[in-house]
Amino acid sequence: MHPSEIDWVIMGVYFAFVLGVGYALRRYVKTSTDYFLSGRSIPAWVAGLAFLSANLGAQEVIGMAASGAKYGMATSHFYWVGAVPAMVFLGVFMMPFYYGSQARSVPEYLKLRFDEKTRGLNAISFATMTVFSSGISMYAMGLLLNLLLGWDFDTSVWLSAAVVLIYILLGGLTSAIYNEVLQFFLIVFGFAPLVFLGLKDLGGWQGLTERLTHVATAQGFAPQAWSSTWSQMGDPTTNPMGVEWFGVAMGLGFVLSFGYWCTDFLVVQRAMAADSMSAARRTPLIAAVPKMLFPFLVIVPGMIAIASSLRTGASGFVLPHKPDGTLNYDLSIPMMLSHYFPHGMLGLGLTALLASFMSGMAGNVTAFNTVWTYDIYQAYIHRGASDHHYLNMGRVATVFGIALSVAAAYVANHFNNIMDMLQLLFAFVNAPLFATFLLGMFWKRATGHGAFTGLLSGTVAAALHHGLTLPRGSIPGIKGGWLTLLHAYPSEMAQNFWTAIWAFTVCFVVTVAVSLITRPRAENELVGLVYSLTPRLRETDRAWYTRPAVLGLGVLAATLLLNLLFW
Amino acid sequence: MGLDIRVPLGVMFTTLGLLLTGFGFFSDPAIYQRSLGIDVNLWWGLALLLFGTVMLFFGWRRAGRRTH
Repeated sequence: MHPSEIDWVIMGVYFAFVLGVGYALRRYVKTSTDYFLSGRSIPAWVAGLAFLSANLGAQEVIGMAASGAKYGMATSHFYWVGAVPAMVFLGVFMMPFYYGSQARSVPEYLKLRFDEKTRGLNAISFATMTVFSSGISMYAMGLLLNLLLGWDFDTSVWLSAAVVLIYILLGGLTSAIYNEVLQFFLIVFGFAPLVFLGLKDLGGWQGLTERLTHVATAQGFAPQAWSSTWSQMGDPTTNPMGVEWFGVAMGLGFVLSFGYWCTDFLVVQRAMAADSMSAARRTPLIAAVPKMLFPFLVIVPGMIAIASSLRTGASGFVLPHKPDGTLNYDLSIPMMLSHYFPHGMLGLGLTALLASFMSGMAGNVTAFNTVWTYDIYQAYIHRGASDHHYLNMGRVATVFGIALSVAAAYVANHFNNIMDMLQLLFAFVNAPLFATFLLGMFWKRATGHGAFTGLLSGTVAAALHHGLTLPRGSIPGIKGGWLTLLHAYPSEMAQNFWTAIWAFTVCFVVTVAVSLITRPRAENELVGLVYSLTPRLRETDRAWYTRPAVLGLGVLAATLLLNLLFW
Repeated sequence: MGLDIRVPLGVMFTTLGLLLTGFGFFSDPAIYQRSLGIDVNLWWGLALLLFGTVMLFFGWRRAGRRTH
């Protein structure tokens, strides 16, 4: 069902507001800190919602629904295991060093804590990665808008690039953050009625789980495999993900999740923009509250889609098939939108998708222009210029960051496998990162040489592990096994988790070993950067329930409860 | 920051709420067959309207306090 006038009007209202907010914010941008870090003036709840939305690009939304269809309720491991604990750790233990050191970016923290080469490695790989991920999401958007709105690829890519360009040029990071908050509420208001209608159609949660037992048994699993999170995780053969509890807990829950949420500048930048230390620490904790409820908004639609495709509800919704005859899980949300929503609500649902595409792109662009300007341009190309010069550089970086993303979107459109290889490469670079930060923040003996060699060897370990293993049933190549085959994993996901575990372990061991034989920095240089050398923060001026430790414990307890409820 | 986000948030959701409620009120009931017979435009439009006005109330209350 293509949109009608009322749907276009609703999308138009959103575009008008996005550009209007950028326009209204332009007069607050006077220094480079205003442009790159919102002048460190964002209230905690705004930074928290932006922290959450920056990660919630449309690819994430669509991908999570697809995984909900493919793996069922166990997909919420990516939220309850793979996000919330790391967000709590970031807020309670790591933010004091990021915010307290006055570092303007994550690579800059590495420079302060370790040395120039560690920063350079991280800055360059991060900058390249963000540009490409922004391009890949633009490409995904082009395909989807073509399907839903009937726009051609060029129109979607150039129009969205132009809108994002204008509002970031005008308001910098504040524009991006404000739009992420708009997007957050649009996603909630756009998808909640979809879940409601889908569940009603199937006869409520009861009807959904009853149908899911057929989905599970039809594929040879225990009846509860699609509606439980942990009960089938004892062995990789008994759950559709093909992973076991240890891989989930260590690979996803520890290495991958802490590596992303605690070190990726895209999200950490939102907390760095907060208006005070306590706001910065509360940012990820506030974000964790909606985060733990999001499975019901983005995973449950996928479960509804697969359940009704096997045994339809009253309205007869089914997923379309791919050319190869399998169900097209990626279309769970788009197809449900056009099946259940009448004109009017359809406009709201499409606006939510559009908003998450654009703010996903904007998140990448704002992280890129900051790292480019502070950690590459100011560090290696042009030192010691005026603040105004760097502000202008940030604007120029915004333009060429977006231009590069557009180029990457076209590359992805023509050479899909190049993008797959790049993403694999980035995964190797990212896998060991958390070991470096963990040692950097909590072990004063860790040295710059240790960190640098640790990072490199972790990346090599990730690549080697990938080259030596393969998911069962795949052919050697992009899926792994390109050196020789030493071990076959039950699934691609299990292989990913173990690649991460190996990379982390090697980085950790090498960093420790090299640090012990190299000269440490003087302790007085590390005050504010390392846990044991930094005075504890006093939080007596705050009401007890707003203290990070209390908030963090509350969030963890609630997440534990959710795991038990959906065990 | 100079601009309280609750003001644009409030204005946007109030506008969207008015649009949806109005459309839900005047549209042909037959189009609600797909939403299981519920006039989602009307009901959800009212929810957006409520959210928008609450945001506006808090945004403007703070703006009012600052100018006095």
